[in-house]
Amino acid sequence: MKELNIENLHITVGDQEIVRGLTLRVPRGEVHALMGPNGSGKSTLAKVLAGHLDYQVTAGKVFMDGENLLELEPDERARRGLFMAFQYPSEIPGVTIANFLRAALQSRLPEGEELEATDYYAKLYEKIELLGMDRSFTSRAVNEGFSGGEKKRTEILQLAILEPKYAVLDETDSGLDIDALKTVAHGVNSLRGPDLGILLITHYQRLLNYIIPDHVHVMVAGRIVRSGRKELALELEERGYDWAREGAFEAVYTR
Amino acid sequence: MKTDTTAIDIDRGKGDFFYPEAHVRDAGTGLSERTVRYISDVKEDPDWVREFRLRGLKTFLEKPLPTHWASKDLEAIDFAKIRYYLAPGTEPKRSWDEVPDDIKRTFERLGIPEQERKFLAGVEAQFDSEAVYSNIKKAVGEQGVIFVGSTEGLKHYPEIFRKWFGKVIPIADNKFSALNSAVFSGGSFIYVPPGVKVKHPLQAYFRINAENFGQFERTLIIADEGSEVTYMEGCTAPKFNTPTLHSAVVELIALKGAKIQYITVQNWASNVFNLVTKRGLAQENAEVKWIDCNIGSRLTMKYPSVIMKGRKARGEVLSIALANDGQHQDTGAKMIHAADETTSNIVSKSISIGKGRATYRGLVHVPKHLKHCKNNTECDALLINATSRTDTYPAITVRGTGNAVQHEASVSQVSAEQIFYMQQRGLTEAQAMSLSVNGFVNDLVRQFPMEYSVELKRLIELEMEGSVG
Repeated sequence: MKELNIENLHITVGDQEIVRGLTLRVPRGEVHALMGPNGSGKSTLAKVLAGHLDYQVTAGKVFMDGENLLELEPDERARRGLFMAFQYPSEIPGVTIANFLRAALQSRLPEGEELEATDYYAKLYEKIELLGMDRSFTSRAVNEGFSGGEKKRTEILQLAILEPKYAVLDETDSGLDIDALKTVAHGVNSLRGPDLGILLITHYQRLLNYIIPDHVHVMVAGRIVRSGRKELALELEERGYDWAREGAFEAVYTR
Repeated sequence: MKTDTTAIDIDRGKGDFFYPEAHVRDAGTGLSERTVRYISDVKEDPDWVREFRLRGLKTFLEKPLPTHWASKDLEAIDFAKIRYYLAPGTEPKRSWDEVPDDIKRTFERLGIPEQERKFLAGVEAQFDSEAVYSNIKKAVGEQGVIFVGSTEGLKHYPEIFRKWFGKVIPIADNKFSALNSAVFSGGSFIYVPPGVKVKHPLQAYFRINAENFGQFERTLIIADEGSEVTYMEGCTAPKFNTPTLHSAVVELIALKGAKIQYITVQNWASNVFNLVTKRGLAQENAEVKWIDCNIGSRLTMKYPSVIMKGRKARGEVLSIALANDGQHQDTGAKMIHAADETTSNIVSKSISIGKGRATYRGLVHVPKHLKHCKNNTECDALLINATSRTDTYPAITVRGTGNAVQHEASVSQVSAEQIFYMQQRGLTEAQAMSLSVNGFVNDLVRQFPMEYSVELKRLIELEMEGSVG
């Protein structure tokens, strides 16, 4: 099955359970928005999918195209096609974007095979233009001294270059003004297609005006309490998370 | 039988292998007057060198170990268990074909003959105590450039050798320069005539092959007025169960308007004590530049220095030290300003991994009577793990009013989040660390010659591969 399949996932940090039985399927080719208030466990989910060691999975499974994702190291997950756009991307002093992405692509090749430099730069410059960035940007050190908008655009540039099967975009809209938001959304929209499944994590409905999701899920207190088509986002915007929370009780008591 | 399969044992980098010994000259184990006289005899030293060696021995025995400021680990060196001179008893060859098979194979595995063909103006290869190969490109030799081992230099060019030998670094400079003065052998002797600019680097390669051994090469480079030369040295040794000692002395003399660039690629096995004294003298408008990269060894103590003796002389030290688990890189630089309008620059970067320790010691001296001298010092440390350690001991004495000095230092750490971020893009943990380290040294490495920065990058990768998982 070509999908990212999360089954009854439970995640704890220390002795606190953050995600409590989350089930979600993101087929390739679709965009799923995951919305929720602060502290609902959205970013925790994203980090666990990417393999961060600070979180413990106490129950549940995650499959990527049928493969048990949780058994893999973070770098193996990435090489097999999982990408995460970070909410707070790290700086890598002294390493240029061009060199970093080159190393990332190189790591996907079999041992002894060298990345073709001319093809690589052609692709890099093509994607750079797509995101309305200047070529000289690629010779700056990764995220070092970047504005919030530059950091987020760099995340989308990496997504465009690495061509994953599934992308988890963790609050990619946070800290962006409307122009930057439009550019980032344009970048994501241009990457949409049958080969990419996207899990779009956001707190606000605003982003979904520009990236129209196929499905919307509302997460409250570590669980998905409502799922629906794109209209759900608008309804949520109107009625607020408290309305969704009522759904949370329903979900618990009707089980 | 000496076959590739039985004698070679690789477990760290490409330098970790050795062939069975086949030495004809052997000064035995331990150090005494007899050892020193034996070395003088087999090398047919002139009287002044015999005396020089004996004074060296006396000074070495009198001086205490510098443990009041330096690492106590120095006490682990057992001078009575070291072998001080091992050599085949033949002159260095001018062609690789004449070099004995085992030795030739050693250098082939290290890629030396290949590099010589590609980009070098001359090569000297030292195996234990003596040079086994020494050759200079014909065109360079015809310009009057001399590039031979120190033994040959002393024999064939005694006037120029004696004039400068031991003048920049006196016997009693420190305990290890005294030791070197007593038992020195090998190293390079270079003379570049006035106005000659040697386009490609001259390279020496120092190889330790024998166990319980001390290598004490002595290098002397004289760049006559207006000349230019770049010298590169590489060092490796296999990892033996007992410590090995490497204690070299390097003296550089840049006469009026000359430029010397001295590059070290050191990749010692992790039980080598590397205690080296390096100093250059820059006359009027001359430049001495040390590019010094210290990878490997158990303890390295090395502070390349420049004495700026003539007006407008320049001194520079660019150094990178990588201290892995169980290693202590105690490195730095000394800049002695001794004339007006002299300028010096020190950029030092250290990386500590695991329980590795990197120490920076710097000394900048500008006396009161001088005018318009400048120094810039930058030292940056990168810590890879929480257990890694770094210390900085800068000593800057700048007197007088018309002089400018600038000092910057920083300590940074590779964070778990940074590594996770890079792993999420597909890099393994080791690749991620290696890339972080490369990023940290990047602005410095860009100033190095190309061939050299490639080699350095490869060594850093090897070192990081070995330190993770």
